[in-house]
Amino acid sequence: MVEVLSGPTGRGSYSGALLEVENLQVEFHTRQGVAKAVNGVTYSVNPGETLAVLGESGSGKSVTAQTIMGILDMPPGRVAGGAIRFRGVDILKLPEEQRRRIRGEGISMVFQDALSALNPVFPVGWQIAEMFRIHRGSSRSDAKKKAVELMDRVRIPGARDRVNDFPHQFSGGMRQRIMIAMAIALDPEILIADEPTTALDVTVQAQIMGLLADLQRDSNMGLILITHDLGVVADVADKIAVMYGGRIVETAPVHDLYRNPAHPYTKGLLESIPRVDLKGQELYAIKGMPPNLLEMPSGCAFHPRCPYRREDCATAVPPLYPISGTRGSACHYWREVVDGSR
Amino acid sequence: MAPAESILEVRDLVKHFPLTQGIVFKRQIGAIKAVDGVSFDLRRGETLGVVGESGCGKSTLAKVMMALERPTSGSVKVNGRDITKAKGAELKHMRRNIQMVMQDPYTSLNPRMTVGDIVGEPFEIHSEVLPKGGRRKRVQELLDVVGLNPDHINRYPHQFSGGQRQRIGIARGLALQPEVIICDEPVSALDVSIQAQVMNLLDRLQKEFNLAYIFIAHDLSVVRHISDRVAVMYLGKIVELGGDSQIYDRPSHPYTQALLSAVPVPNPEGREARERIILQGDPPSPANPPSGCRFRTRCWKAQDICAKEEPLLQIRPGTDHLSACHFAEALDVVHVQS
Ligand SMILES: Nc1ncnc2c1ncn2[C@@H]1O[C@H](COP(=O)(O)OP(=O)(O)OP(=O)(O)O)[C@@H](O)[C@H]1O
Ligand SMILES: Nc1ncnc2c1ncn2[C@@H]1O[C@H](COP(=O)(O)OP(=O)(O)OP(=O)(O)O)[C@@H](O)[C@H]1O
Ligand code: SF4
Ligand SMILES: [Mg+2]
Ligand SMILES: [Mg+2]
Repeated sequence: MVEVLSGPTGRGSYSGALLEVENLQVEFHTRQGVAKAVNGVTYSVNPGETLAVLGESGSGKSVTAQTIMGILDMPPGRVAGGAIRFRGVDILKLPEEQRRRIRGEGISMVFQDALSALNPVFPVGWQIAEMFRIHRGSSRSDAKKKAVELMDRVRIPGARDRVNDFPHQFSGGMRQRIMIAMAIALDPEILIADEPTTALDVTVQAQIMGLLADLQRDSNMGLILITHDLGVVADVADKIAVMYGGRIVETAPVHDLYRNPAHPYTKGLLESIPRVDLKGQELYAIKGMPPNLLEMPSGCAFHPRCPYRREDCATAVPPLYPISGTRGSACHYWREVVDGSR
Repeated sequence: MAPAESILEVRDLVKHFPLTQGIVFKRQIGAIKAVDGVSFDLRRGETLGVVGESGCGKSTLAKVMMALERPTSGSVKVNGRDITKAKGAELKHMRRNIQMVMQDPYTSLNPRMTVGDIVGEPFEIHSEVLPKGGRRKRVQELLDVVGLNPDHINRYPHQFSGGQRQRIGIARGLALQPEVIICDEPVSALDVSIQAQVMNLLDRLQKEFNLAYIFIAHDLSVVRHISDRVAVMYLGKIVELGGDSQIYDRPSHPYTQALLSAVPVPNPEGREARERIILQGDPPSPANPPSGCRFRTRCWKAQDICAKEEPLLQIRPGTDHLSACHFAEALDVVHVQS
C-alpha cells in the first residue's frame, strides 16, 4: 500500500480511477447546529480527463475539494463518512505526514480566491521557487531557474525580468497564471481548479482556459474544474458532476448532459440560459431559493423547487440512480425528465 | 419603428481621477482617464447595455450619470437639463428621475435598517413626494411589485437571500417612480438559477412603468437578452454602438469581435471546430492610454495610421452602425446556431 504512494515511480500501479471520491460526508459544527455541507458526494477522475463540478453557491463544491486536499478547517469541519481513494489508497486514513507528500506532487489545487492568495510582501518568483526548495530541497539558484521556467510555461511575458516583481505589479490574469504555475510546479497528477476564471474578464478567461488545456495535454494531468459557468463547462469538460445541497444530483458525459439532462435541476439550469432565439420572451426561471444547509428540505433537497415532484419526493431521499454505465441521476422521476415530459 | 424621444443625452463625457504622489505634499503626477469622451442617447423605455472589460470605466460612467461624481468635462442631460451642472434643490429634484441598482446585493444594503426603512428611505429624502401617512402602504406595494412578501417589511437584510436582497434594491430604486434606472451588474453576484428570476422582474417592470435602463454587465448573453442597443467600452471610450443584432451578429470593431469570440458557448456540440480570437496581453493602464486607437496594442489589424489618428465613433463603409475602428468590417464571429 505505502509503496504505491512513494513518489513518481509508483505511478500507474493501481487499478480503477486515479482519484475516486466515494459517498463523502462533511459536516460543520456551528452554534446554530450541524450543517451537512457535503452529504454523499461520489465522483472520479482519470489521467488526462477533465471533470467539471457544477452547482450553485453553497452546494459543497469547494468543501469537497478542500477535503480531497486535506486542508479542511477542522474544527468546525469534520469528515463524517466516505472515502477518497488516490491510486487506490484511501487518503483519509493516511497520517498527515504522508498526506503532505501527496499535496502538491500528487494532487494540487488552484484556490477560488487565488487573486488574494499570493503573499504581497514577497516577489512572485521567490514564492514559486519556495515550492522547489521545500518539496525538492533544491538550491536557491536552481529553484529560481525553475521558477523562471514555470513563469515562461504559464506565459508570463519576459519572465526572466519579472521574476523579482511583487504581486501588485501584475494584472489579475497574470496573478492567476502565477497561481497556476505554483500549483503545477511539482508536476501533480491531479489538478483541482476552483473557479479559476470567475473573477476574470472573458478575454483573460479564454487565455487561462487555453493554458490549462495545454498544460493538461502536455502532462496528462487529471483536471477537476469547479465552476458555475455552463459555457466554460461545455467548452472543456469530458464529464460533469452536478451538485445541489451537498449531493451529486447528476453525473454524465458532457454531450449527454447538454443534450438530454436527467435531473430537473440540471434541466432548469440549462433552460434558464438566455438564448438568442428567445429574446424578448420571459426567461425560464427555476422558482424558489437555494436550500439553507441548516434547514435542508426532507427527501429530495430540490423538491420545493421542482416541477416534476410527486408526494414521495418530500419523504424519500433519491439515490443516484444509474441510467447507464456513465450516467446517473438522483431523481425518482429521471425517466420523465429524460423523456422531456413535464 | 420611429426613434422614441431621448430621455438622457450624454455628450463628450470625461472623468479623470488625479494620480498623486507623496503622502504629506500630494502632487498630481498624472490622471486616470476612467471615462474619456463618451457620447450616447438613451431613449424612453429602452435598454442600453454597456459591456467591456474590468476597469474600462462602466461604473464611473454610471456614477457620473447619477451625479454621484462630477465629470471633468462634458454633459449629461436628463429631459434636456444638465444634471452635472445642477445644484441644491434642482439636483435633488432631478435625482428623483434617475435611480441606480448596485452590483452587490450583500453589501449595498445597510444591515441595521429594516427592509421597510431601506425601501422607504427615498421618501424621507424626498419628503414632498408622499405624505408620511401613506408611506408604509406604498412600501408594501413596492415589495409586492418585486415579488417579496409585503409582511416582511420589518425584517433585516440578512434574513433574505441574495436574489431577494437584489429585489429589495430594485424596490428601492422604483420608489420615486424614476424614468431611468441604471443597473450596475445587477445579477452578477447571483446564482444562475436566481439570475433568470431577477432578469424577468426587470423586464416586467420596464414594460409596466415604461422605464429606460442602462444595463451594465459582463455576461454578454445576459446583456443581449435584455438590451435593445449595446455600447462596447474599451479604456474609457465607446468603441462600438448599435442595435443588439448589429453588435452580436455583425460586430465590426476588432475588440468587440475578440470579446464575443471569447465567450464560451453553453453547448458542447462542435466545440473542437470553434474559432477563437485570443487576445494577447492585458489592457493598458488608463493612466497612460496608447496614442491613436487605444486598442491598437492588442489588435491584429493595426497599421501605422492606428497609432497616429484616433478613430472616431461613426458609421463606416463596412458597417451599418457606429464603430471606432479605421478598418471596421462586419464579421460574424459567433455563428449562432438556433
Ligand atoms: N469553515 C466553515 N465553517 C462553517 N461552514 C462552512 C465552512 N466552510 C464552508 N462552510 C459551509 O459549507 C457549505 C458549502 O460551502 P462550499 O464553499 O463548498 O460551497 P461552494 O459550492 O464552493 O459555493 P461557491 O460556488 O459559492 O464557492 C456552505 O453553506 C458554507 O457556508
Ligand atoms: N475614485 C477613484 N479614484 C481613482 N481611480 C478610480 C476611482 N474610481 C475608479 N477609478 C479607476 O477608473 C478606472 C475605471 O473604473 P470603473 O470602476 O469605472 O471600471 P468598471 O468598468 O466598472 O470595471 P469593473 O468591470 O471591474 O466594475 C479604473 O482604472 C479604476 O481603477
Ligand atoms: S426527486 Fe422529485 S423533487 Fe427531486 S428532482 Fe426528482 S422529481 Fe424533483
Ligand atoms: Mg466554492
Ligand atoms: Mg464596475
